[in-house]
Amino acid sequence: MAKVTLTVNGRTVSGECEERTLLVHFIRDKLGLTGTHVGCDTTQCGACVIHMDGKSVKSCSILAVQASGSSVTTIEGLSSQRELHPVQAAFKEHHGLQCGFCTPGMVMTAVDMINRHGGKLDEATVRHELEGNICRCTGYHNIVKAVLSANAEMQAGRQAAE
Amino acid sequence: MGVEGIGARVTRKEDKRFLTGKGRYTDDMSVPGMKHAFFVRSPHAHARIRSIDVSAAKAMPGVIDVLDGKQLQADGIGNLICGWMIHSKDGSPMKMGAWRPLAHEVVRYVGDAVAIVVADSSAEARDAAEAVVVDYEELPAVTESLVALEAGAPQLHPEAPGNLIFDWQIGDPDATDQAIASAAHVTEIEIHNNRLSPNPMEPRATLGIYDTGDDHYTCYTTSQNPHVARLVMSAFYNVAPENKLRVIAPDVGGGFGSKIYIYPEEIVCLWASRKTGVPVKWVSDRTEAFLTDAHGRDHVSKVKMAFDADHRIIGLKVDTIANLGAYMSLFSSCVPTYLYATLLSGQYAIPAIHANVRTVYTNTVPVDAYRGAGRPEATYLLERTMETAARELGLSPAELRRKNFIRSFPHQTPVIMNYDAGDYEASLDAAMEAVDWKGFSARRAEAETRGKKRGIGMSCYIEACGLAPSAAVGSLGAGVGLWESAEVRVNAVGTIEVLTGSHSHGQGHETTFAQVVADRLGVSIDSVNIVHGDTDKVQMGMGTYGSRSGAVGMSAVVKALDKVEAKAKKIAAHLMEADESDIVIENGELKVAGTDKTVPWFQVALAAYTAHNLPSGMEPGLKETAFYDPANFTFPAGCYIAEVEIDPETGKTEIIQFVAADDFGNIINPLIVEGQVHGGLAQGIGQALLEDVKYDRETGQLLTASYMDYAMPRADDLPFFKLSHQNTPCPGNPLGVKGCGEAGAIGSPPALMNAITDAIGDNSLTMPATPMKVWQALQTAH
Repeated sequence: MAKVTLTVNGRTVSGECEERTLLVHFIRDKLGLTGTHVGCDTTQCGACVIHMDGKSVKSCSILAVQASGSSVTTIEGLSSQRELHPVQAAFKEHHGLQCGFCTPGMVMTAVDMINRHGGKLDEATVRHELEGNICRCTGYHNIVKAVLSANAEMQAGRQAAE
Repeated sequence: MGVEGIGARVTRKEDKRFLTGKGRYTDDMSVPGMKHAFFVRSPHAHARIRSIDVSAAKAMPGVIDVLDGKQLQADGIGNLICGWMIHSKDGSPMKMGAWRPLAHEVVRYVGDAVAIVVADSSAEARDAAEAVVVDYEELPAVTESLVALEAGAPQLHPEAPGNLIFDWQIGDPDATDQAIASAAHVTEIEIHNNRLSPNPMEPRATLGIYDTGDDHYTCYTTSQNPHVARLVMSAFYNVAPENKLRVIAPDVGGGFGSKIYIYPEEIVCLWASRKTGVPVKWVSDRTEAFLTDAHGRDHVSKVKMAFDADHRIIGLKVDTIANLGAYMSLFSSCVPTYLYATLLSGQYAIPAIHANVRTVYTNTVPVDAYRGAGRPEATYLLERTMETAARELGLSPAELRRKNFIRSFPHQTPVIMNYDAGDYEASLDAAMEAVDWKGFSARRAEAETRGKKRGIGMSCYIEACGLAPSAAVGSLGAGVGLWESAEVRVNAVGTIEVLTGSHSHGQGHETTFAQVVADRLGVSIDSVNIVHGDTDKVQMGMGTYGSRSGAVGMSAVVKALDKVEAKAKKIAAHLMEADESDIVIENGELKVAGTDKTVPWFQVALAAYTAHNLPSGMEPGLKETAFYDPANFTFPAGCYIAEVEIDPETGKTEIIQFVAADDFGNIINPLIVEGQVHGGLAQGIGQALLEDVKYDRETGQLLTASYMDYAMPRADDLPFFKLSHQNTPCPGNPLGVKGCGEAGAIGSPPALMNAITDAIGDNSLTMPATPMKVWQALQTAH
């Protein structure tokens, strides 16, 4: 057994787990944060995407012990529960989700994508960057619209702040 | 239409919990003392089990117990069954072989469950499963339907000689043969409809809880129809009587048909919970999903379509072989028969049709309904044939279709269906305009200058939704009725709960069903809660599949609302000392028409529950139940057009435009309907370009059992879609709705294949049109 200590959604948490425990299972089973999902066994589907030290990571492709000492944000910590993050709000506005299972990973990927591209996102880039997140419900149409819309809004917010 | 009523583009009420990680899926459920299951599965496609030794596994760390099929059978747990009886044309019943929840004599496909390991953690259960020793005697396997029918092929079930399950027909063989003999032109084509894996993103999961105190079972499961699950597990599998079994399907992450059926795992986990005395949870991994979730399609057909000299279709003859896999899944028999051959008239007036369907056992995953279920197979067959005929006859594809469109309604086809309403030309015109059909030749010429090959193709689909009139499907062999139920509970303060037997696993019932209530009563959708998915809360219902939630489920809500409204009006009339017939409901108030007398909705509700001042003899309360049984199917229809560009160097197909023009009748929420179309299109495009379940022919091993090998559509495989809606309201239900959940998957594959074959000039191409197949076709064609 290994001891894992990390910061999750701003709180320091510790727990014991087997060395082979994946970060996603630690988050779901030990911390009870079940918003992060498991949709495949091969790091293809992206339902488990979280942010680790500010970068999007598939939490099924990293061991919990490797994440020890890092700072993790899951879908539960993306926004205050009262107000949606602009990406979450855009997914709602544009009907970018149906069954909701891929949604946490999609949203976490989209937030990271928008941050990295600093407002310079077009449809082709969004589609390319979503390659690691599979959705079976939406045909991606409204997801791509939501990401572009959130990007525009966040860019406008940044400009207003400057 | 109010801002939240019928037709309003309302964003979804359920979104917040999904967007903030607060969805509650089966794998998110945890109960005290819960243990984890892993299934030992057959590594062979076909083998006899000589022995199973679980002793080493039982001694592994964390293991609670290891249970096998002999114990299951000894406890009286029944075999899985197919719930729709089909008779062969010689009158004999379908040949259903035994499907044991845990095999202990013969395994018939890779993934067939043999034993369950229950342990403290899923990792320990998985480790221990490795230590279960099953001594198999390997048998020869067969995976393809045509080979399974050959003399000398490996035999799967003693009940089904020659692997033939049934040999069924519909229509008039003699009239069809005569039409073909007298035809001016006959188009002949062979059609392959590739096998698909549904792949909802949430893998199947189940949590079985046996309560020794009450001798009661609770089953959390990823189901599209929890009441059907309870019925079947009680009545046929002897898991528990219905009153001792609660089935809960909480948030479910997509279904597309694959979560209709009751699988071995639900049954075995409930039984294992009783055997071990602990709650038992099983969660499928993705490879298990490929190995065990019911597949879809897998048809091979021969088609003859006969035309007179004026290019009118005078006869259609179809001979289909459908691969049903190793066992008959719950509704597997109705998919290639009544959900398929009854749609072979398409949008066309065809006087004579004959279809013969043989269904076949093979050593593959059972095949059942997958988004569209039979109707995509019919549409693909017809629309590829129409396109081929147009090319042979030298007509434009639109011209040949226009010539043969049904134009007056109701229209009785030769294959049971009675179409109630439609305007097929309206959708065709809308799609051709949206795609700029006239400008295509210029675009093709421009592409040619860049060395690229452009093609354009259309598909005019019709489907039957709103499953289904109970007496009609009963007469055709269904083991269940296909009505739906609703209960509308008005609380004392006027807020409302609607309990529906439909189930939402992405469709947005919590919003659209509330819109129907808001539209009728003038209340806000936030004051209406939709309850579904729990057999202890909701009255018996039939669940969601076949695009039935709107046409059947919402109609039941309307029927219950009728009763609620009538009672509320009586109460309001009494309170205002007016005549009941003068009461109208507007903006959340009950008014005496033509006066300024009003009473707010909540006061009527309160009056119903205080019962201090009700009309003489009226029961207190304001709560009504309705069961709605549709009089007919509904018939959504439309036209899809794809424009593609192919790079002859690589064979890669790029979708330049995809246009969908659909007639779904009245629309409750355009935002949600568009989303349904988008998703259906992606699955249909996936079938046409990417997806293909492949087995090794010799060993029966599944070669496409992960997302590394099975090509799911990704964001960069698809364009933005162009949608439009035409509307001929359905005359058969109170809302005039038809159903929109499957159209995209039904209409899109032939549109794409017609476009690709148009581009490359090779009509023999089969789905999926992978770059390699397209490139190879181009080498042969030129």
